[in-house]
Amino acid sequence: MELLSGGEMIARFLKDEGVEYIYGYPGGAALHIYDALHRQSDVKHVLVRHEQAATHMADGYARATGKPGAVLVTSGPGATNTVTGIATAFMDSIPMVVICGQVMSYLIGEDAFQETDMVGVSRPIVKHSFSVKHPSEIPMILKKAFYIASSGRPGPVVVDIPKDMTMPNEKYEYSYPESVSLRSYTPPAKGHSGQIKKAVDLLLAAKRPMIYAGGGVIMGGGSELLTKLAQQLEYPVTNTLMGLGCYPATDKQFTGMLGMHGSYEANQAMHHSDLILAVGARFDDRVTNDPDKFCPSAKIIHIDIDPASISKTIRADVPIVGPVTQVLEEMLSLIDDAPARENQEHIKEWWKQIDAWRQVHGGRYDTSSDKIKPQAAVEACWRATNGDAFVASDVGQHQMFTAQYYKFDKPYRWINSGGLGTMGFGLPAAMGVKMNFPDETVVCVTGEGSIQMNIQELSTCLQYGLPVKILCLNNGYLGMVRQWQDMNYEGRHSNSYLDSLPEFKTLMDAYRHQYVEIRTKDELDAKMEEAFAMKDQLVFINCYVDPEEHVYPMQVPRGSMRDMFLSKTERT
Amino acid sequence: MRHIISVLMENEPGALSRVVGLFSQRNFNIETLNVAPTDDPTLSRLTLTTFGSDQVVEQITKQLNKLIDVVKLVDLTEGQHIERELMLVKVRASGAQRAEVKRTVDIFRGNIIDMTPSIYTVQIIGESDKLDGFLQALGGMHILEVVRTGVSGIARGEKTLSL
Repeated sequence: MELLSGGEMIARFLKDEGVEYIYGYPGGAALHIYDALHRQSDVKHVLVRHEQAATHMADGYARATGKPGAVLVTSGPGATNTVTGIATAFMDSIPMVVICGQVMSYLIGEDAFQETDMVGVSRPIVKHSFSVKHPSEIPMILKKAFYIASSGRPGPVVVDIPKDMTMPNEKYEYSYPESVSLRSYTPPAKGHSGQIKKAVDLLLAAKRPMIYAGGGVIMGGGSELLTKLAQQLEYPVTNTLMGLGCYPATDKQFTGMLGMHGSYEANQAMHHSDLILAVGARFDDRVTNDPDKFCPSAKIIHIDIDPASISKTIRADVPIVGPVTQVLEEMLSLIDDAPARENQEHIKEWWKQIDAWRQVHGGRYDTSSDKIKPQAAVEACWRATNGDAFVASDVGQHQMFTAQYYKFDKPYRWINSGGLGTMGFGLPAAMGVKMNFPDETVVCVTGEGSIQMNIQELSTCLQYGLPVKILCLNNGYLGMVRQWQDMNYEGRHSNSYLDSLPEFKTLMDAYRHQYVEIRTKDELDAKMEEAFAMKDQLVFINCYVDPEEHVYPMQVPRGSMRDMFLSKTERT
Repeated sequence: MRHIISVLMENEPGALSRVVGLFSQRNFNIETLNVAPTDDPTLSRLTLTTFGSDQVVEQITKQLNKLIDVVKLVDLTEGQHIERELMLVKVRASGAQRAEVKRTVDIFRGNIIDMTPSIYTVQIIGESDKLDGFLQALGGMHILEVVRTGVSGIARGEKTLSL
């Protein structure tokens, strides 16, 4: 067997695990590992400009591929800078392994230079964490870390490695652990057949069914099966913010996103349905509105890999714990064998009702305004990219407009921080995607607020030649904050105006990137095309949009699903 | 309602902090908590009591089960079970009070396990209610110190919580 140092084991393990890129930033406690990485060429290290960006890059990669992203940072500030990125991944159940350097083990607890209890700091926002006590443990601990991160309900795992575990001259036997088993961790392998049968019986008898699919469908690799199931049944589908793309948005059975900024028809249909099939979704507060008023006449079938997600906020009538692919396959085969269905007439009526709701709002916005409406900018981006780009988003109004108006037909293409709502996520996430899909168009839709939260990464883009397109919907305000201040604080815009914006043109010049400015409606499509035609360059598209615009529909606080504001002057 | 949850978990550093952290993180309450290694040195047994509606307790057990360190758990209050708690009480007792404290200890089937001319240290074992009752019965006495272990519990009959 081969003898390797702890640092070398980490590099070798990553190679054996099939990790191509690791995103990170060096520092004292991680230097042995960095030296080991330098002496091999299989695993490529990507140097960011701030550790938070490393986590978002790994996260973007994970969201676009379903595979765990890998991060390497040093102890202390290096580790604490990853906290926001770890929490972002945790909230959205994204697989990620974060390897943190730590001070020498004999210094732990002495407040040594750059010492932070990273296992403690990260405890509430990780799926699990490990602390290495002996170099020989490294291969198995890393194997467990990748296994835990990517199996069951995925999530981030932290591995804390004291510097003396990676000493170059202390070598131990290395072999790649082919398999791993943990007596206290066995992700569900199969949904309960009796429950699945019960669910199918309910589905086939439903009069007003809704399929409510979330991010778990995408990460569980179940998008195709879900689409097949929905189309076989001809039932309406709504997606959560995290689930966009798991059902094709341009298909007629798609009713749009649901929830706080969901479509009128999706929210109405949910409220009036008699049966909800929830798949890989978690009934969070931005979906349900007031849980006591949630969908009063609906029975609920809830499929999830995580039993704790079931009946957490909304009680499920038929809970099914299992992998989405296996459960949906079993459902499909039961549906195939089912005799002719007697609910066809009801379903026809239901569609008539949904089509009527579609006429009420239908994603309308003011197209007669002289100003560029942010919705129009997103639609122009959709046209310029043939609706087929990877779109990473920051957080705020632009995120909601993109979710509403960029019609995602494929899974893994919509990359956004749904649960934590992390401003600064978009650019590094887009970079992580672009690095792994160099031939695809990758857009970061952002605002002039969010982009400044990780703008230092323009430098990383230059170093690695990452020609992402940054579409900045520039309204000179923290738009979502402003919207809430308009609606709830009589228009008092406390700290939501971004004074002293940088000259983005000069900034792009400084980083040797391209800049396109869009100021008028009539140049929207042409300029957008011009920007996307520059395939090999990062282009910052500074699009000046109407600062007065609000995101609608918007659910009325503490109301039911169907209670919505439809514009500044209309409500249901 | 009060629940006694008994957890078998990996005897690893950090495991306890994950359990305790979960309770504060998710706004669950812990009334009592105790933890010690079992006959299998790789496993610890943790017993906690908590109050909550059925829905909250269901979430508590599900969230605990999600922790990688947790191997198995049981809500003892769901079935027939035995619970015990141990309490040490240091009480001032001189003159006529000495006889009265001694009588009270006998009634509660406790033991005096240490004494000085003016102090008794008493050990009482039983269900939490009994321990509360003993403290009440001491009423007028001058209690100097109370130490309770928190509840330990085990299912009745053949049911076991083991690997």
